[in-house]
Amino acid sequence: MRMNRVLKGVAVTSALALALTACGGTSEGGEGGEAAGGVVTAHNTEPQNGLIPTSTNEVGGGRVVDLIYQGLYSYDADGGLQKELAESVESEDNITWTIKIKEGATFSDGTPVTAQSFVDAWNYGADSDNAQNSSYFFETVKGYAQSNDDGADELSGLTVVDDHTFTVELLGPEADFPQRLGYSAYMPLPEVAFEDMQAFGQAPVTNGPYILAEDGWKHEVQIELVPNEDYEGPREPANEGITFTIFDNYDAAYNSLLSNELDVLGEMPPSVLANYQDDLEGRSVSKAYAGNATMVIPNYIEEFQGEAGQLRRQAISMAINREQIIEQIFMGTKEVATEFTAPVLEGYSEDIPGNEVLEYNPEKAKELWEEADAISPWPEDKVLKYTSNTDGAGNKEYIEAITNQLRTNLDIKAELDAKATFKEMRNLVGEDGLEGVSRAGWKGDYPSLYNFLGPLYGTGAGANDGRYSSEEFDAKLQEGLEADSVEDAAVKFNEAQEILFQDLPVLPLWYQAAQAGWSTNVDNVELGWDGKPLYHQITKGE
Amino acid sequence: MPENTENIVRNEASPNDVKRAGKVSRRHIPHFVAPLEETPLQAVDSVNETADPLSFWAEAWRNLRRQPLFIVSAALILLIVVVSIFPQWFTSVDPRSCSLDNARGGAAPGHPLGFTYQGCDVYARVIFGAQASVLVGLFTTIGVVIVGGTFGALAGYYGGWMDAVLARLGDIFFALPLILGAIVLMQLPAFRENQSPWTVTLTLVVFGWPQVARITRGAVIEAKGADFVMAARSLGVSKFGALVRHVLPNSLSPIIVVASISLGTYIVAEATLSFLGIGLPSSIVSWGNDISDAQISVRNNPQILFWPALALSITVLSFIMLGDALRDALDPKSRKA
Amino acid sequence: MLMYTLRRVLHMVPVFFGATLLVYFLVFATGDPIAALSGGKPMSDAVEATLRAQYNLDQPFWVQYGIYLKNLLTLDLGTTFSGQSVNDVVARAMPVTARLAVMALAIEAIFGVVFGVFAGLRKGGIFDSTVLVLSLVVISVPTFVLGFVFQFVFGVKLDWTSPTVGPDAGWGDLILPATVLGLVSLAYVIRLSRTQIAENLSADFVRTASAKGLTRGRVVLVHVLRNSLIPVITFLGADLGMLMGGAIVTEGVFNVPGIGKVLFDAIKIGESPTVVAVVSVMVLVFVVANLAVDLLYALLDPRIRYA
Repeated sequence: MRMNRVLKGVAVTSALALALTACGGTSEGGEGGEAAGGVVTAHNTEPQNGLIPTSTNEVGGGRVVDLIYQGLYSYDADGGLQKELAESVESEDNITWTIKIKEGATFSDGTPVTAQSFVDAWNYGADSDNAQNSSYFFETVKGYAQSNDDGADELSGLTVVDDHTFTVELLGPEADFPQRLGYSAYMPLPEVAFEDMQAFGQAPVTNGPYILAEDGWKHEVQIELVPNEDYEGPREPANEGITFTIFDNYDAAYNSLLSNELDVLGEMPPSVLANYQDDLEGRSVSKAYAGNATMVIPNYIEEFQGEAGQLRRQAISMAINREQIIEQIFMGTKEVATEFTAPVLEGYSEDIPGNEVLEYNPEKAKELWEEADAISPWPEDKVLKYTSNTDGAGNKEYIEAITNQLRTNLDIKAELDAKATFKEMRNLVGEDGLEGVSRAGWKGDYPSLYNFLGPLYGTGAGANDGRYSSEEFDAKLQEGLEADSVEDAAVKFNEAQEILFQDLPVLPLWYQAAQAGWSTNVDNVELGWDGKPLYHQITKGE
Repeated sequence: MPENTENIVRNEASPNDVKRAGKVSRRHIPHFVAPLEETPLQAVDSVNETADPLSFWAEAWRNLRRQPLFIVSAALILLIVVVSIFPQWFTSVDPRSCSLDNARGGAAPGHPLGFTYQGCDVYARVIFGAQASVLVGLFTTIGVVIVGGTFGALAGYYGGWMDAVLARLGDIFFALPLILGAIVLMQLPAFRENQSPWTVTLTLVVFGWPQVARITRGAVIEAKGADFVMAARSLGVSKFGALVRHVLPNSLSPIIVVASISLGTYIVAEATLSFLGIGLPSSIVSWGNDISDAQISVRNNPQILFWPALALSITVLSFIMLGDALRDALDPKSRKA
Repeated sequence: MLMYTLRRVLHMVPVFFGATLLVYFLVFATGDPIAALSGGKPMSDAVEATLRAQYNLDQPFWVQYGIYLKNLLTLDLGTTFSGQSVNDVVARAMPVTARLAVMALAIEAIFGVVFGVFAGLRKGGIFDSTVLVLSLVVISVPTFVLGFVFQFVFGVKLDWTSPTVGPDAGWGDLILPATVLGLVSLAYVIRLSRTQIAENLSADFVRTASAKGLTRGRVVLVHVLRNSLIPVITFLGADLGMLMGGAIVTEGVFNVPGIGKVLFDAIKIGESPTVVAVVSVMVLVFVVANLAVDLLYALLDPRIRYA
């Protein structure tokens, strides 16, 4: 008996010790949040590249790069251009553009931002020797091919006129050229960057509304930004800094938000879509942004070629109940797609002829599928594989819902073909190795219809996963690029979409919307055209 | 007092051991042994000398079948096995016919446990999921015990270079992250084309054996120094024979404990692999798949997680009970007369 | 004993090279990381070629591994795709994971043995059964669910502690993740010690000790426990290594800035220098922990000798 008491004592003491230390944990955590009065803590993922404008092409780095650099333009909440350093961007033929920049702006090391800063940065970004992920943004600038393949260090289309003026000569006319200049790939770089770009990427010298705090990037932990006092422009910081906390797991970030330790979370995990509005009591917002989700049906798959292939594409599209998936899987947080781009873009139209193929009609779908089988039968026992990486939250759920619907409505075998990593999936796409359909989606780099069409469906374009090729479509795109105004261009681009509706290289599913939530400590959280919070205008009370 | 066969053999054999070979102590060692009649333990230790001696396994079986623990666990396992082989006896609902119309719905006529996130029948999925999960759990455990047990026993028993090679090989495999290994294995064409419970089992065995090897090695090292091993060896039992007949049976208990718990953790590991897209394809219904899919429902519809987890718990429980019973039967130390 | 230890230390060399080679090969086998670097956006062939050359991906496997080894000899672990030195990444994440692992191990060892002893002393009793049921819950619910529930209940609803770990990952912050991390292993430790205790209670030496007139407490603590610990120690030793590297899920759930998080991200994008560096460190931890366990055997059981 005595023994039991001794051991009980040990257990009680250790439990007590545990409880005491747990309390210690609480106060420590609390202080961490409060000590930084006025500094907003926001969720982010680890940037995959150095903080260099032309090598950043994913969201984690993009959130930071957008805030620490100032380019010619930035985008307001609706995707409209607002001038940053641009004095004027003009052209008479939409081929040669003259860009004048504001005087007096400096980088945080005191060196001035000049025309040369832009031209050097762009040349650097385009040159394949520097292996910049975003080099394709310069592919329409004259001299890109030479710079990319043949060892030239500079784009022959870029000319510095004086300290604050430079010209850009494009390969062909582009009416929407200025629209893309707000994208991060077009930011300027200071001279110091070119001495050692890799080191610069870790501790960049920049000119944006914020700058990286000294030793501010603690990998996999946090990225600290402080306001840049020399910044002048439309994005004047309303807070005393932004500290991005790096998360791998959105559920963790959400719980951190609930306990007021994280101030801003720009994306909701699928598990809380049903309850986040109640949890946050009005401290949340949902907004459609320029992004969509599609199903790619590769051209190189035999069953989807020819007339039978066309019928099957239509059948699949009509067998998917998009509305129900949005309602039941995404809890109503997306919008049914009616075309191939996104509704927040200028020129968007929901009445493009041919889009009735996106409406749910299981009977018609079954009929079309049988019609296709009459032409050339779907191999018995062939499983329609729907390839997707499952490391992105929410992919698996919606694809299983779609395959369930296809199995029921078309009476075929359809299965999710899960890939563990995005890498594996992209490699498969890259080598034309898809055995069925695959998941795709596009998030606009800059607000333009062309950005949702050219890179995705142009013959040989880099993100044309299904290897779609149509001369007619390419010609319409070209007409759109050569149009005199953005409005005229939109008409042509929407005509190009009519062709897509006939060929269905991909099936549009839905438009994305971003859901953001914030803590009780901050105010004025608004989402931009790309679904990212407009961090600079967030206010935090003391 | 345990009815320890080795002890008895030693007691009887030593006085009139004629053929004894090898080194013999020349020193005079005084022995003080009380005459048998004088010790009160005689009754307990007495052996029925007229009966034929039972083999190790026969004796184990005799002990086993009398234990209520064994009867209960065996009945449960039998039920689980029947469900795994003939799921259609228990439900007529297709576990893969799902409709979002029913998503996350509660119990309805014909659907006693409600519906999953995708609107599939939870009861049907629990019944049909047994097969894949039990396959993975059971065969991974068997594989791990065979591979890990053999390696661990050899390493611990023989020591020296055998230990150096086998144990260090275990260290290397143990240090490899399961996720990395699984991603690579699942990309091999042979695996990618035939994703099934067997590929998952193989993956888990390849990366799981070192744990059992470590445990076995430790237990064998402890047991091989015991007196009865020396006794057996001095009786002329070969080195390997002593390992199999005396050391291993005395090392079984930690192996059984670890294996019976591992059975459950392997089923859950399959869930984690499926969650990462490197486990079972979603065309195969399994508890692991359902548990990992239920993750997003934990807050709003915890019942979706509850049922497959409960099925898993019952399976693990029955194997743990079986393990306990087996251990009592097999381990000479815990045998009671 | 000293010779034995020395020899074991020497064994680390082949283990280390074997492990790095195997890991390097595994990462190599997961395929080319370049396509994913482009994020699904277009990338020209020329840029891809330059990137490959930059990370030596255009070289055959043996050359890549050779270059890695050469750098390793100068203690340079390479750089990440984002340009950070892997040495720094590992140096920052390692102490965090070490703290987490040590805490989890302490929780496992203390609660595991204490609960196991109680359960073993009264086999089949209420305490034994309760512990069994709780173990079943822990075993049947995956860590990613259990961690989430703990985080939500203790971190958000009850607000006892912070739901996620702060940037400095202090001891206090790590209690919750360490508990979750230790729970599954706790089930093993409880069952192992329970079984051993129950078994040894009927052993000859216990009867001898009782017969000598020792108190029950002393018998249990000194004789039964000490003789029951070998499997437990073996398990804990191996588990330390698992905890150091296997915390991928837990670190993700609680956002612990440790090795597991670094490793998982690196595996996903195919960043071999980071993966190899982390796994190599883990191998060292394993080998050292296992050596410590082997030496402990001899302390616990005087019959065990090492030549």
